[in-house]
Amino acid sequence: MIRCIECEADLKIPSDAIEGEIITCPDCGASYELVKQREGFNIKPAQVVGEDWGE
Amino acid sequence: MGRIGRLYILYDVVRWEEKALYQAALRKGIDVRMIDTKDILIDLNNDSMPIDDGNYDSSIYLQRCVSYFRSIHLTAALEGKGGRVINTLLCSLIAGNKLFAHTALVKNKIDTPKSILAFTQDGVLKALEMLGYPAVLKPTVGSWGRLIALISDRHAAEAIIEDREHMSPLYQVYYLQEYVKRPPRDIRAIVVGDRVVGAIYRYSASDTWKTNMALGGRAEACPITKELEDICIRACRAVNGTIAGVDLMEDESRGLLVHEVNPTTEFKNVAKVSNPNIADEMIEYIENGLDG
Repeated sequence: MIRCIECEADLKIPSDAIEGEIITCPDCGASYELVKQREGFNIKPAQVVGEDWGE
Repeated sequence: MGRIGRLYILYDVVRWEEKALYQAALRKGIDVRMIDTKDILIDLNNDSMPIDDGNYDSSIYLQRCVSYFRSIHLTAALEGKGGRVINTLLCSLIAGNKLFAHTALVKNKIDTPKSILAFTQDGVLKALEMLGYPAVLKPTVGSWGRLIALISDRHAAEAIIEDREHMSPLYQVYYLQEYVKRPPRDIRAIVVGDRVVGAIYRYSASDTWKTNMALGGRAEACPITKELEDICIRACRAVNGTIAGVDLMEDESRGLLVHEVNPTTEFKNVAKVSNPNIADEMIEYIENGLDG
């Protein structure tokens, strides 16, 4: 079970998750980047927006 | 597998779009790798590819970074080593800068909102008198509606200019645009090669005049008319693009005006309401050799 670093809510990792994917805490809205482990994923806080970010 | 070797999807954040592209490539049996560009080191003085293992003559690099500056510098490094990147550096440079894109569109006789470039307070105030209030000030580089200002009158203009004069030099390039008389929506169309594969109306959220989905706007399917397809394809070509998101406004008297072409376009909302197979169509286009 992975918990939100901010509010400790349970975070759901999608079954088809891939490295680098962003997930958002359903309770507090914090965003995390998925980091691949030997088994499954861990999380690290995601950069939410940069000055030159866009499409 | 089709006519390409390995497909590298270059990312710094895996958004819905990058995951959809990755999964579409897997479905097609393409040898696809996700590359976190934040971790890349590139030796610029030899001809080896840092993220390839030998078959790069037929490999394609799909540039999907959200950071504009990371994107153009990485594309430059890869193209410099002979890599084939979508979109090209030329496209990213032109389309990534609203003023550069504007001039390319005008040169190719594509209708755009009236716009004026100025560099000083006096110049901006004169330009605004020419455009009429309200008018719109846009940073030349930026996205998701950031730092785009609707200037209602001369006092607002003076306040905004004063702020900009204390920001980095890029913000002292004043790209000013008429406020187009349009319905409370704009159009986002996705071009893949010589086709528009999906289009949506983007309605502003109730508390803003901007139609960006990133600001809470709402999407509805937009019919792909011959007129829409024609102007979008010409706009994409004008910036040397092959896969792009074209943004348009519907002027009450002049019809469709192109105001932006996005070289690493988001398409989640277009896929949701217009065409769920957009990622597959992009991958198929890449697999089939980008029309040579």
